[in-house]
Amino acid sequence: MRPTTSKGIAVISFPGSNCDDDARHALQAVLGAPVRMVWHDETDLSGYLAVVLPGGFSFGDYLRGGALAAQSPVMAAVGAFARRGGPVLGICNGFQVLTEAGLLPGQLARNRSLGFVCRDVHLRVERSAPPFTTRAPVGSVLRLPVAHGEGAYYADDETLDRLEGDGLVAFRYCDAAGVAVPEANVNGASRSIAGVVNARGNVMGMMPHPERAVEPLLGYGDGRLVLGSLLDQVMAAAA
Amino acid sequence: MTRPLPPVVTPRLRDKAQAFGLTTAEFDEVVTRLGREPNAVEAGVFGALWSEHCGYKNSRPLLRLLPTQGAAVLQGPGENAGVVDIGEGLAVAFKMESHNHPSAVEPVQGAGTGVGGILRDIFAMGARPFAVLDSLRFGELNSPRSRHLLAGVVAGISSYGNAVGVPTVGGEVEVNACFEENPLVNVMALGLLRHEDLQRGTVGAVGNRLLYVGSRTGRDGLGGAVFASADLSVASEADRPAVQVGDPFMEKLLLEACLEAFARDLVAGVQDMGAAGLASSVAEMAHRAGKGVDLDLDAVPRREEGMTALEVMLSESQERMMLTAKPGREVELLSLFDRFGLEAAWVGVVRDHGELRLLEGGEVVAAMPVEALNRPPEYVREGREDDAVLAARRRDLSGMPEVADPAGALLTLLSSPTIASKEPVYRRYDHQVMTNTVVLPGSADAAVLRVKGTSLGVAATVDCNSRYVYLSPRLGAAHAVAEAARNLSCVGAEPLGVTDNLNFGNPTDPGVYHQLSEAIHGIEEACLALGTPVTGGNVSLYNQYVDGDVTRAVHPTPTIGMVGVLRDVSRRATQGLKRHGDVLLLLGDGVPGSGASEFLFRLHGMEAGCPPALDLAAEAAVQRVVRRLIMSGACDTAHDVSTGGLAVCLAEMTMTGGVGLVATVPALSVPGAERDAALFGESSARIVVAVKPDDVAAVLVACEAESVAAVRLGEAAGDRFRLVAEGREDSAIDLAVDELLTAWRATFEGALG
Repeated sequence: MRPTTSKGIAVISFPGSNCDDDARHALQAVLGAPVRMVWHDETDLSGYLAVVLPGGFSFGDYLRGGALAAQSPVMAAVGAFARRGGPVLGICNGFQVLTEAGLLPGQLARNRSLGFVCRDVHLRVERSAPPFTTRAPVGSVLRLPVAHGEGAYYADDETLDRLEGDGLVAFRYCDAAGVAVPEANVNGASRSIAGVVNARGNVMGMMPHPERAVEPLLGYGDGRLVLGSLLDQVMAAAA
Repeated sequence: MTRPLPPVVTPRLRDKAQAFGLTTAEFDEVVTRLGREPNAVEAGVFGALWSEHCGYKNSRPLLRLLPTQGAAVLQGPGENAGVVDIGEGLAVAFKMESHNHPSAVEPVQGAGTGVGGILRDIFAMGARPFAVLDSLRFGELNSPRSRHLLAGVVAGISSYGNAVGVPTVGGEVEVNACFEENPLVNVMALGLLRHEDLQRGTVGAVGNRLLYVGSRTGRDGLGGAVFASADLSVASEADRPAVQVGDPFMEKLLLEACLEAFARDLVAGVQDMGAAGLASSVAEMAHRAGKGVDLDLDAVPRREEGMTALEVMLSESQERMMLTAKPGREVELLSLFDRFGLEAAWVGVVRDHGELRLLEGGEVVAAMPVEALNRPPEYVREGREDDAVLAARRRDLSGMPEVADPAGALLTLLSSPTIASKEPVYRRYDHQVMTNTVVLPGSADAAVLRVKGTSLGVAATVDCNSRYVYLSPRLGAAHAVAEAARNLSCVGAEPLGVTDNLNFGNPTDPGVYHQLSEAIHGIEEACLALGTPVTGGNVSLYNQYVDGDVTRAVHPTPTIGMVGVLRDVSRRATQGLKRHGDVLLLLGDGVPGSGASEFLFRLHGMEAGCPPALDLAAEAAVQRVVRRLIMSGACDTAHDVSTGGLAVCLAEMTMTGGVGLVATVPALSVPGAERDAALFGESSARIVVAVKPDDVAAVLVACEAESVAAVRLGEAAGDRFRLVAEGREDSAIDLAVDELLTAWRATFEGALG
């Protein structure tokens, strides 16, 4: 995508999104990227460098995480943006919205524990590629926080085989040494999958929160490997 | 002035006074204030507003004792929340409220709506809520009822707070059989605002219009204020419809819409519709402005057909706000809420008649002086200490045998629910949303949040040792204040202000009234000594259970919520040991004893003895020292000595840091089980710090300057916990850090279902 006049990065706010401002803060105040907040009723995302679907409880998530948000007017525009090759990152609820909208395969089921879980996890990087993970070598281990009740990635075996075969698994839950042991699988995800990309590689969903992990004051830094990769890509494209 | 008179009332209404939550004497007082008999609607509104929950009729004369003034106080008691200045033009709004009775009946909704209610109080001040803390009390965890209530309350807080997107950053859980039937669920919330954005709960000037926003009004939560002001009994299960149902999505929309309305200067006043719903919000807003209101009940959005005027007035349906529009901005205000998909309706107009007048079909169906509604009768009662409490406090503990195995005693204490790791609880809460949480739950004595765009940090804690208050109400309540301030000091924060949540039994019981009165005196003394004014709070009485002839009251629990500020949030401390070789120093010379201790309770099965003596001047001094050390950068590890004594304090520092230690606790000169008191005895004014060897001298100098004692206990080393009482090397504690962790973590694992 070669936007003529850049509007920066679009952070989509659905009613009930609650990590939209965190995403704005991380991208803009911490990492210095231009950001615009986009309300869910907008229908045109042309001119943006990238789209971020943030975490939260869109429309309350009373039905199923992301199910209603996937029907929002803005999601047609997100689909069009993705088809043009624009980078789309869904975090937590944003991941749920992307699977509900059919922009990513699989879906997010209730955690194996049946309860909400907020804690740090380790992730093994399975894919190091533009636009989301160029800064993180394959096999490296990131530490990021999760906070979700419906985060267990699920897909049928055929889909999982295809994702793994095509290198579309981005992250797996692992221990501090980078081994995907069952105890590290925080929510019971299929094959410990924490994040995936679409076939073209320009749409990624992940349950952990990179936007919470970009400031040493808060005890984290590894979120910069994800958001920084994205900014490397889009800011270079915009230049 | 002439006005249509309400319908004539038959004398029989007086006989039904109790159905409206009024005593016969109070009913007669209503007649006096009105100059006539009230009708049923009026009697019901008076009953709700004069309930303890809304009117504080038993507690207000006592609450006037509390210090409310201070340099940092921007808003004291009487508004939706207190507000303190934190510098740089910023302020923190904060308040704590109970949802005890609803949580006893329906824990998930009871606790969830407790979170919702306190968040609305915060954003009604013009502040963006940015942290929640919970103070929870349950019966022993081997009781199925207690586990059910614990799991439900945690689920309720989790599902509501997480969805709204306000982090739950700290809290406490106390467990004692006295809370078996009456759990205590106190929720504190903090919000951040700029000074100029402060909002108030007022109707403003004559002619202003009142806008109702949010959920429709239904019969849910009907009479909740009255419900909360009555003893619980088996019949309370039938009160289930009095528990409201929460909708955090609606709350989130209301929050964002209201904050935008304030920012655009569209609003002259705002208040949450909480206890006693429409009745209390409009009556209080009118009272603050010294005005009257004509309220058009037909305009109130409803979710049910056929509701009576009184039902509409007293409904406690959740997620509703009352706003006073700025004159001339009405259209903008309405269209703003429309953009958020929120229902809004003009329901009232401000008048100069000084009455709350309710209109139905154009007719006045009730007319009540706003002043009378807001000035309930006050009761000053006679308190008398229960003989049983007196006997328990005076019990001679000098002949207690030593425990055979101090290491086993330590493990027992670490697994005691009040001390045990609450990790399975706080894992359920999103404690990082909003990306401000600098000190995570479980890692320090208080939560710390950074303030974006500044170097400031805000710290908060909730504390009460209810056994101390039970055994000595005045001393115990003062301890709660002292411990809260100590906890803030141990992260490096300067205490600024207090919100108190007074959970007691039935005040007409002289024993309970004695507890209430003494506890408030204790809070007063400690707040004055420590310079922490009370900016607001909540009173929850009738926390007792009637079972046949037996009345069981909870331990009196004046929960203290305290807020502090760190000028430089990069200079702070947590409790975990960080480096091998750090020197452990005990600051302060509070004398530990076994009276009222967790050790005595869990190892000897006794709730007896007097709580530790409290020297407030010594407390203030040791707190100043530790704050100064942290602010100077000499110390990044501090932990106060509280429940479980020095041995538990040191074990917690080891477990949270993952670093072992070797230490000796000083011998005591008191007679009796000196070793056990030295290890596990509780005290005031004691803090353990761990510093690099090079910084020991700085610590000693700082202590010297404040005449605070400092004793070297040992050092951080290895992966074992080795602790000995001076002179008693025969019974040293020597445990692997993992053994401590196993005991500490097991209690709540699995307790949440």
